[in-house]
Amino acid sequence: MKKYIILFAMTVTFFGCKDVDEEEVINPNYNVTFNFTQNWDGEEITDPDYQTTVYTNENGEELTISRLRYLISDVAFTNEDGDTTLIKGYNLVNARKGINLQYKPSKKIQEGTYNLSFTFGFDNKDNVSSAYPDLNTEGWNVPEDLGGGYHFMQMEGTFTNNTSSTPAPYLYHTIRAADNTGDDLLLQDTSFEVNLGTVTVEKNSSFEIKMNVAEWYKNPNKWDLNILNSNLMMNFDAQIMMSENGKTVFSLEEETTVEE
Amino acid sequence: MNYFKNIPALFIATICCLTIISCAKDEGGKPEEEGYQPTPLELKTPTMFKQILDSPIIPSDNPQTEEGVALGKKLFFDPILSGDKTLACAGCHIPAEGFSDSRQFSPGIDGIEGRRNSMPLFNLAWNYKENFFWDGRAISLENQALQPVVDPVEMHNTWPNAVSSLQAAPGYPELFSEAFGTSTIDSTMVSKAIAQFVRTLISGNSRYDQFLRGEIELTEAEQNGLDVYIDETRGDCFHCHGTPPNNLLWTDNDFHNNGLDETFDDLGRGAVTGDPREFGLFKTPSLRNLAYTAPYMHDGRFETLEEVIDHYSEGLVYSETIDPLMKAVGEGGVQLTEKDKQDLKAFLLSLSDESFINNPDFQKP
Repeated sequence: MKKYIILFAMTVTFFGCKDVDEEEVINPNYNVTFNFTQNWDGEEITDPDYQTTVYTNENGEELTISRLRYLISDVAFTNEDGDTTLIKGYNLVNARKGINLQYKPSKKIQEGTYNLSFTFGFDNKDNVSSAYPDLNTEGWNVPEDLGGGYHFMQMEGTFTNNTSSTPAPYLYHTIRAADNTGDDLLLQDTSFEVNLGTVTVEKNSSFEIKMNVAEWYKNPNKWDLNILNSNLMMNFDAQIMMSENGKTVFSLEEETTVEE
Repeated sequence: MNYFKNIPALFIATICCLTIISCAKDEGGKPEEEGYQPTPLELKTPTMFKQILDSPIIPSDNPQTEEGVALGKKLFFDPILSGDKTLACAGCHIPAEGFSDSRQFSPGIDGIEGRRNSMPLFNLAWNYKENFFWDGRAISLENQALQPVVDPVEMHNTWPNAVSSLQAAPGYPELFSEAFGTSTIDSTMVSKAIAQFVRTLISGNSRYDQFLRGEIELTEAEQNGLDVYIDETRGDCFHCHGTPPNNLLWTDNDFHNNGLDETFDDLGRGAVTGDPREFGLFKTPSLRNLAYTAPYMHDGRFETLEEVIDHYSEGLVYSETIDPLMKAVGEGGVQLTEKDKQDLKAFLLSLSDESFINNPDFQKP
């Protein structure tokens, strides 16, 4: 009897191990890398361009970019069956200083074909005041009078306005829209899902996520910096428009593989 | 009494005592013995800091210890590090003045004044960017502590000379031995000890901190001043100095040109990086302890908080590297009303921490 029990246990162990190994061989899990780049209508924006290169927006204003930081969260890989593997977390890109331009989540994704998406900013559930110590020390918070939580993007620079020859500052800051003019604070979630289309995850997969900065000023709302240049955090309608414009900002560059 | 009868018991007791003592020595050890470890010391971090901020930066090769902090404190207040042994760190970083200097420019041992106001010292363990000085030229507190000793307009010494003085001074070799396990002193150990002491300089008990803890109410003026601080159309101070109640440091530890000058005698950050885009940029100072840290700005040009507020309200001037956050430069500033100015000042003063400047742990030994 004892002999049969041992034989049974060995058989179970053998086939159990075989199953695991086969699964790993058939559908291995891989780390993925995201590289964030910025461009102005296809012209790459690199460090020497900040504060120096003059761009012309859709409305005809000439502008330079001094600072560009933005936050993305909850990258999602959705397979053909509709099952989603969510990378819970966030990445604050500091494009001006070249910080966090590469995002390598620790969570592995099973090899396969997916639809890739992420959230620009934090959705309401994650946009919780003081919840993220590293963002608190980055000064990424939004005052409680404006609904609290965190910024989604800070794009700043100067532009040539139609009243002065001296460049004027602009502060294109995006947050959850807040209207504090009434008795009650009115909030509207202006984060949005960015759908980047179909991707294939394989060994050493790397995805370039491109931000076309010009789109923030273009589509569907042609942005007039002469009117909308600062104090935009407290401007509910401006936040809605910025959110609308943001939806065409991001795109995916062809997949590449990098040697680790 | 039969003494001999108790000999075995005495023998066993003696062996036990020797064993215990021996074990105790193995655990703590004596300085300069193999395995000696100084006594770990935790920073006295305010509860709210723990809740909201990341952990303080403590280098793995310079952990906080009781002996290291004690040595650092002694060094901080001792003029022995200067060329003529007349000027201590505390000579320009005075506890009662928020570890700053009420003089616009602090004179060095030769009577020569520097060109920047002495920076206040507190909560520096939470400077995650680890750039120190007004221009951020020192990376890490340990590196920062090395520089004033050899600066010709400050302590005007050489490190070999300073180390030689310490090595010959009664008591110091033993203190270094206790802090670092060797009595052979070098500049690295000096800077480590000073950095350990400076990391203990924590300020987190201002009126506003007490308000956040629910212990007091802000006055009407302070509350309106807070509203001015966070209002985009009035002060909009939070983009550089942090958003209350979620940033308790009151600085972004970053560099900005805040519209002081059209041209620059002092290139600030730009002199360090060589990048013309950073000409005229200086580190954002914390707003804590402003009651004690006058004069203000990197060059101490403003003697009062009223002058500072007037600058942002009506005194901004344009230059090529001006920070876009100085958004109202075209109008000269944000144009605060007199009441808003007074209330903003009241709020700013609520960030001062009397218990910090009077903390006995931070006074001259």
